[in-house]
Amino acid sequence: MNAALKPKHQRLALLAVALVVVFGAVLLAMWALRNQASYFYVPSDMVATPPEPGQAVRLGGMVEAGSLRTRPDGVTVDFVVGDGEARVPVVFSGIVPDLFVEGSGVVAEGSLRADGTFLATNLLAKHDENYMPRELEEMTAAQKRETIAEAE
Amino acid sequence: MIAELGLAALWLAAALAGLQLIAGALGLREGGAGMAALVRPAAVVQALLCALAFGVLLLLFVRTDLSVALVARNSHSDKPLIFKLAGTWGNHEGSMLLWVSVMALAGGLIAFLERRLPERTMIATLGAQAFVAVGFYAFLLASSNPFERLPVPAAEGMGLNPLLQDVGLAFHPPTLYVGYVGLSVAFSFAVGALLTRQVTPDFAKVMRPWVLGAWIFLTLGITAGSYWAYYELGWGGWWFWDPVENASLMPWLAATALLHSASVLASRDALRAWTIMLGVVAFSMSMIGTFLVRSGILTSVHAFAVDPERGSFILVLLAIYIGGALLLFAIRAGTIAEGERFSILSREGALVVNNVALSAILGIVLLGTLYPLLTEAFGVRVSVGPPYFNPVGAVFFLPMLGVLAIGPLLRWRRDSFERIQPSVVAIAVVGVAVLAGVYFLAGIALLPLLGMALAAAVAIGSVLPLRGRSLRRLPLPVWGMVVAHFGVAVALFGMAADTAFQQERLVAAQVGETVEDGPWSITLVSVEPVAGPNWTALEATLHARYKGGEPSVVQPQARSFWTPPQETSEAALLTRWNGQLYSVIGGEAEGGRWQLRLWWKPFVTWIWYGGVLIALGGLLALVGRLAGDLKRRSAQAQIAARRAAP
Repeated sequence: MNAALKPKHQRLALLAVALVVVFGAVLLAMWALRNQASYFYVPSDMVATPPEPGQAVRLGGMVEAGSLRTRPDGVTVDFVVGDGEARVPVVFSGIVPDLFVEGSGVVAEGSLRADGTFLATNLLAKHDENYMPRELEEMTAAQKRETIAEAE
Repeated sequence: MIAELGLAALWLAAALAGLQLIAGALGLREGGAGMAALVRPAAVVQALLCALAFGVLLLLFVRTDLSVALVARNSHSDKPLIFKLAGTWGNHEGSMLLWVSVMALAGGLIAFLERRLPERTMIATLGAQAFVAVGFYAFLLASSNPFERLPVPAAEGMGLNPLLQDVGLAFHPPTLYVGYVGLSVAFSFAVGALLTRQVTPDFAKVMRPWVLGAWIFLTLGITAGSYWAYYELGWGGWWFWDPVENASLMPWLAATALLHSASVLASRDALRAWTIMLGVVAFSMSMIGTFLVRSGILTSVHAFAVDPERGSFILVLLAIYIGGALLLFAIRAGTIAEGERFSILSREGALVVNNVALSAILGIVLLGTLYPLLTEAFGVRVSVGPPYFNPVGAVFFLPMLGVLAIGPLLRWRRDSFERIQPSVVAIAVVGVAVLAGVYFLAGIALLPLLGMALAAAVAIGSVLPLRGRSLRRLPLPVWGMVVAHFGVAVALFGMAADTAFQQERLVAAQVGETVEDGPWSITLVSVEPVAGPNWTALEATLHARYKGGEPSVVQPQARSFWTPPQETSEAALLTRWNGQLYSVIGGEAEGGRWQLRLWWKPFVTWIWYGGVLIALGGLLALVGRLAGDLKRRSAQAQIAARRAAP
């Protein structure tokens, strides 16, 4: 098939094919990124403009004091994440991070269910001084104080 | 005193890199032979000084010299020796010193060993290597001095992140760094060849062992990092598309493409400009990776200290080196003469497909990794994960695997479909049979299903080139190709099998209770406190029986470290040839029960066996190439000796 091409054109043809494929990959990537990127919500955002049920998102806020309950199966927990303005009930099955306690910050990965509870598939709690979820670190001091005061 | 010795050696090495750069630049001009003669010795001495500086830092960590700020922040006198050593590079400053040391050693080695290329190209190459090194020395000395003293020595060190206190992990950063920075040699060769317009098969032959070496280390580093994340984080996953993982995957993708295009250039004198371009891209990806990991833009166990000044410094270096090299490429690419032609249906054609697909995947990973940073600049918080990377990457990865199964069967330059038809039919039949068989027996999701079928096709395709050849006389590089491609099939099968068939159980169990997970029945025998050198733990003892066989003991722990205070979960693994039982103990639940998380992960270990096979294939090819070079060298020496003799 290539024999039909004028020899001079082989380099150009290769270049064109490579460019088209790589450019195609970039376009596909951009399109997919617009559609699939998961977003970070604080409780007031999640209540005001809830994401589609089932869409993968992150929810970050404070675990309200007195809201943490373990179900009889011993591995499922219910708790409420608040930011001083809104509250979102969360359910999670699994081993909770060690520093996950009432009144501390948490980022929950998962999705909102149709009934308004957040089904978490993973919890990121503040691990240690050197490693904490970025979203938590960036909650303003005022927000933290407010949420802690609220929780108390 | 000894810390000052290290610092002095580092300053001297930086000065020599400056000398090497200036001498290289002047030496390229007409009549610059005097200056050019300085370049090689400067590179060798620079390497020795840098090695000395790194040796000094190692010694400071071994002695736990708490008058040095870096040691006080990252070490502790209680730590076992191996982790004191690992502490040297388990922090920002030490790891950057390791980076420049590897770079200086690589430069010193090419200066000392490499005599095949025209001397002008070598001078330009070593000048380019020094140009890159100078920037990183400046970074190290200006904003990350590892030898800084404390005004008052600390009473005790602050310790190393417990997640990093693991023997396997101790060698993960140096392995990756040798890979990352080894690619700087490819970058410098590419820049040198562009400067002197000497893009020849010899250039590819000289560059190839370096690329192979760097690629072997990258492969091992990624494989080890994946296994570490798998057992140390306690989440049971082996790849998270975490930006830090992507930072190591991107140079690997570029180096894999470079490896294949360099072999086209070396054997067939084609793909000249493309090989140069990949040489530039591969090391650029290493630098972007370093920037992502070290700048503090990403928060992870890898981001040791968040310091915006450091981030901007690396960003400026990146812009200069990547921008400069790409600009040089744009100016000179037109002057690179076209290489040999080939038909689309040929080994070259298949390798072009491999290169284009790898580049496309690289673009996809790069965009997915940078996109959250871009949107964050506009105040939108986004995280990109498997729902993006898996399907979008697969669009290019799966067809590439199809070509991988067939490509090695093709001849160089031109081939006919009739000749390879029987092999292609055999490969296709195996692939389709596996596809149909797995689909009807198990009915699994599309991606793992295609993964299994392609794994079978690649496995067959990778060994077919052995057919009809004398196995004893087969050159080592061909063995390398076969082993590495077979490794791809093995790893792919592991990934597909684990994704499709893993079985998870999450329970709160009483002591004495038995839990079923897939073919396993697991009894919780006891939970006891245990103590280690710098931690205490709760340890569960489990008796696991596979299909009712003899019980094996597994003991997962929940550990508490005290320097620094942190809890980690030590998963316990039970390995069989066909997979692993993965167990984690959580907290205590009501009624004296203990949380247990159990996974049966069929064939998951094949992922890492595959990674090791891929690296082994690279090693075989490297040994074959080096042995060939040595043989050629001694033959040439003999001819020269005979000519010299009367």
